[in-house]
Parts: sequence; C-alpha cells; structure tokens
Amino acid sequence: MKTYNKEVLYGLYEDEQVMLKAIREAKAQHLEIWDVFCPFPVHGLDNALGLSESRLHISGFVYGAIGALLGFGFMTWVFTRDWPIIFGGKPYFSAPAFIPITFELTVLFASVGMVVTFYTICGMGPGVLNPTLDDRITDDKFCIAFDTTNTTGEEQDKLRSFLSGSGAAEVDSKNI
Amino acid sequence: MSASVSPIREPLVTGGKTYHDITEDICSPTERTPSAAWVLAFIVSVTGLAFYVFCVAWTVWNGIGTWNLNRTIGWGWDITNFVWWVGIGHAGTLISAILLLFRQKWRTGVNRAAEAMTIFAVICAGQFPLIHMGRLWLAFFIFPYPNTRGPLWVNFNSPLLWDVFAISTYFTVSLLFWYTGLVPDFATVRDRAKGIRRRVYNFLAFGWTGSAKHWQRWESLSLILAGLATPLVLSVHTIVSFDFATSVIPGWHTTIFPPYFVAGAIFSGFAMVQTLMLITRKVLNLQDYITLEHIESMNKVILATGTIVGVAYLTELFIAWYSGYIYEQFAFYNRVLGPYYWSYIGMMSCNVLSPQIFWWRKLRRSVLVTFVMSIFVNIGMWFERFVIIATTLARDYLPSSWSYYTPTWVEIGLFIGTIGLFFTCFLIFTRVAPVVAIAEIKSILKDAGDQYVGPEVARKKAESATATDTH
Repeated sequence: MKTYNKEVLYGLYEDEQVMLKAIREAKAQHLEIWDVFCPFPVHGLDNALGLSESRLHISGFVYGAIGALLGFGFMTWVFTRDWPIIFGGKPYFSAPAFIPITFELTVLFASVGMVVTFYTICGMGPGVLNPTLDDRITDDKFCIAFDTTNTTGEEQDKLRSFLSGSGAAEVDSKNI
Repeated sequence: MSASVSPIREPLVTGGKTYHDITEDICSPTERTPSAAWVLAFIVSVTGLAFYVFCVAWTVWNGIGTWNLNRTIGWGWDITNFVWWVGIGHAGTLISAILLLFRQKWRTGVNRAAEAMTIFAVICAGQFPLIHMGRLWLAFFIFPYPNTRGPLWVNFNSPLLWDVFAISTYFTVSLLFWYTGLVPDFATVRDRAKGIRRRVYNFLAFGWTGSAKHWQRWESLSLILAGLATPLVLSVHTIVSFDFATSVIPGWHTTIFPPYFVAGAIFSGFAMVQTLMLITRKVLNLQDYITLEHIESMNKVILATGTIVGVAYLTELFIAWYSGYIYEQFAFYNRVLGPYYWSYIGMMSCNVLSPQIFWWRKLRRSVLVTFVMSIFVNIGMWFERFVIIATTLARDYLPSSWSYYTPTWVEIGLFIGTIGLFFTCFLIFTRVAPVVAIAEIKSILKDAGDQYVGPEVARKKAESATATDTH
C-alpha cells in the first residue's frame, strides 16, 4: 500500500450537484481543496475545481508521430538500402504501399504510449494500491477532501463546519 | 446538463434507479455463485473449446492435407471463418468508439459487452491465418525480425502483411481501450469485495481512486482512443478486403470491396451483439439497462447496414454486366447460378431480404424477432464470405482446373471450436467483470433515467404546470 503521509479531512456528499455547489463555495471562501473523488466523471467538475486541460493528447500526437516516422522510415530503408527487391514491377520506394502499415503503427504507438503515460502519471498500474478514503466513493458518494496535515484545530473546525454546512452527509478525517 | 436531451426522448435507464442501485444491479452477478444455466453453457462451450484444441492438434500433426482444400480452392472455411470473426469484432469498436464521438448515449448500456465481444472475436479470427499456414511453429516468419537469412525481410507491399499489422494493432488497441474503461468499474467491485476477491480486484483495479484529475485524464484518454479506434476499425476491414481486392481474380478484383466489407462487418457485428445481449440481459436481469430502446437502435443499424450490403451485392452484379468483361461476367453468373447457388441464396435471403422486416417498429422492438433475426444475419454473413471465397476460386480461368469443395470434419470442427472458444471467453467475462459500464451508466442517469426524462415525465410536468396555472 502506498501512502501519502497526509491527514485528510473529508466530506461525503450524496449528490453531484450539491458537491459542485460546495466546491464553488469553497473556491469563493479561498479554502484549498486537496482533491475531489467521484464514482463517475462529473460534468463541470474540471471547471469548478479550476483544473487545467489534460495534456495527454499532446503526448498521443508525439507517440503517433514517432510510430509513423519509424514505420515509414524502416520500410523505406529495407526496400531501398538494405535489401531492394522488385515486386510486381513497382519502384523500390513504393510509398503508397507503405501507407497501411505506417497508419497502423501510428495508431499502435499513439495508443500504447498514451495508455502507458496515463497510468504512469496517475500513479496507477497492475497491483498498485493507492489509499482510498471511503469504499463508497466508487459507489454513490461524492467526496471533497482537505489536506489538514500541520493545521491547527481551529482551521480544522472551520473546514469541518464548512463541509457539514454545505450539505455533506458525513464528515470524517483519515491518515493516508 | 439535461438541456441537450429532449424531454420526450425514451429513457435509457428504467426502474427509477439510484446510483447505488446501479452498482448493486451490475456488480451482483459477479458476486453470486453461477446459475445452473451458466454452468451448463460453460460446460458446452468448454467442450467446444476442447474439440477445437483437438482439431488444431490434428491439423498440426497430420498437416493441412486433413482439410479438403485443393490446387484450385486454396482458401475455404479457414479464411471464411477468419473474415467472419473479424467482421463480428467490428461492432464493438463501432459502438464504443464511433458512437462515443457521435455522443450517442445509448451506447453506454452495451459498449462494455460489445467491446469484450470484439476482443474475443478477434482472438478467434486470429487463429485461422495462423493455423492455415500449416506449419504453425514457423508463424513468427510473418514478422519483420532480424534474421540470419540476409536479413531477408517480409514483403511490406503485400496486403497479407498489412493484415498482420492491422489485426495485431486492432487487437492491442481494443484491449487497451476496453481495459481502461474497466478500471474504474473494477475499483467499484474491489470496494465491495472482501478476502481473496478483494486481493484479486485490488490487482485488477490498478489502484484507481476516482480523483477528479484522474477522471479528467481518463475522459481525455477515452476520447482520443475512440478517435484513433474509429479510423483503425475502418482500416482493418479495408485491409482484410484488400486481401481479395488486390488480387487478379475476377469477382475479387473490385474497388467496391473496402466500403462493402466495412458495412458488412458492422452489420454482422451488430447481429452478434444482439445475440449476446438478448441472452445476457435476460440471464443477468439487466433489462433496466439494456432496454427495448437499445435493441431498437441496434436494429436500425442492422437495417441500414444490411441495406448497404444489399446495394453492394446488386452493384457488383450490375458492374459485372456493365463492364463487358467476360471473366467478370462469368464470375458473377457463376455465383448466382453455379454449383454454389445455394450459398448465394442463403446470403441474399439472410442479409438483404430478411432485415427489411425492421422497417416495422413493432418488429424492431420484439425481443423474439430480434433474436431470430440476429441468428439469420450471423448465418447470412458467413455465407457471404463463403460465396466470395469458395465460389470464386472453384471456377477460375482454366476449366480444366475447375473443382468443387466440401469441408472435412476437421475444418468444421475448427469453426465450431472457435465458437466454443468465443463463448468460453464471454462466459468468463460475465462472471468476473461488470457487463455494463457502471460509471458511464451513472454519468447518463440524470440525462436518461426514467425518473428524469421520457414521455411519462414530460406528461407529469405538463399536468403539474396546468394544475398550478388554474390555482
């Protein structure tokens, strides 16, 4: 089990709209949210939290470009330099015939590269155990979590009252 | 959020479900002991699989001579089965990728099972090109690897090699796409599990927490994988059709093949999705998630693609006549009236005529009619590939080499065996993984749940509005 060495104060909401409202309220009160956990991708959550757009697609483009260049370059090298053979009277460098494999390799590199990148940057992988706050977060609870490591009791009380005041059904704290 | 959905649109989730109900309904089949029906189906499937292994061993031990292929007919049931299985696989990608790009919400009910079907169908398809090489242990020759023969490379100009790349890429990308979609749902199962099950799902869930940033990246990844899978799926069957279209055999050498094959693939794939989903929804009690609305949508796709395929058949006949090329004309005359006329009749009646009943809404929404039709289409699409392959080869340029072909028990066994392989995989899947995408169903609940949208809700709203007006 991995650990973040954090003390986390969190509230569980029953409805995503209530949670979104609470997030906006927290932003207005300048409370620093550590993370939000949901059972499904909630529409509008990125905006409410002010998350910047994922740059995963840029990496996908780069991997795809590498795949395309490698594939096309390799076939060109084989048929013009390493072992030129005439097939059906076509030129050695028969570029149109290289397109299907180039395309497949573009897709393969982009997909595999992006998936590996996704799991790596999310800190996930086969058998990885990331600490979770509550088992019901993957079921029907929406969770707003504050990092309360090195905070005073007064600050924690303020966050606690914010959570219960904004509609959280349960408020709890946990060391993860 | 629900502004984009018409209030009178039919709901896609019925039964007034809450988020917790969804988790409960979809996870519980993986948590119960299997029903007697499942055990029986599994025994039958595994028997089929065992027979498959036996037939492969028989072929490898005794050689391809155990098949009835001859000098004239070099491709028979083997490649027919290959194309049939690949085609079936396409519907899964279509549902999960193309319908995601088109924002079709009904795909959420069936995408998980359809993608699983894709993966298992591609596994079955991949068997045939390998086995039909005869010397299975030299199968690695198809890959370009540095070797001591020069190195002598593979022919990158050959559609058969394009196929190697297309099918292996397709399998890899489908698997990644499917598994990435499964990870959050495995986490849901994990968080309900105890003991040894918890440990297994801990491993499978990859440490998913449901963090906002992870969801954002997950959605971004899904969208781009869908964007990549869409041209990929079209390319795969295009390349499969190139196996035929780039040859010089009359009846194969046609430019219509790529679109015609892709339409046929979607057609047969949706039929197989229907076959599977109609049984699955009944056995696992998922009628609230895979509703008549879903079945009707898929029947519309079957009708549309079946008709496209029909137009392609007629276009082929017309062009053969119009080209004035006698070999082409003979190839098609032979298809319709030659020794394999019965397979042409099977193809035409199952693929073109019978789906026309789906012009009637009542029949589109009938579970029984849909099930029977889906079996018809599966058979018809097998006939299509058989017509294209065997009838064309049986009557080539030289009448002296004309021949007829019937399969041996080994070839039939290999086909039946892959069906066993397919259903073994699918039955295991229904036991270990959520058959419906839990997170995605939850995300459309407020747009498509029957307590939020639908004609009933619209009527009630209208009633309460008039009630308040009169006060």
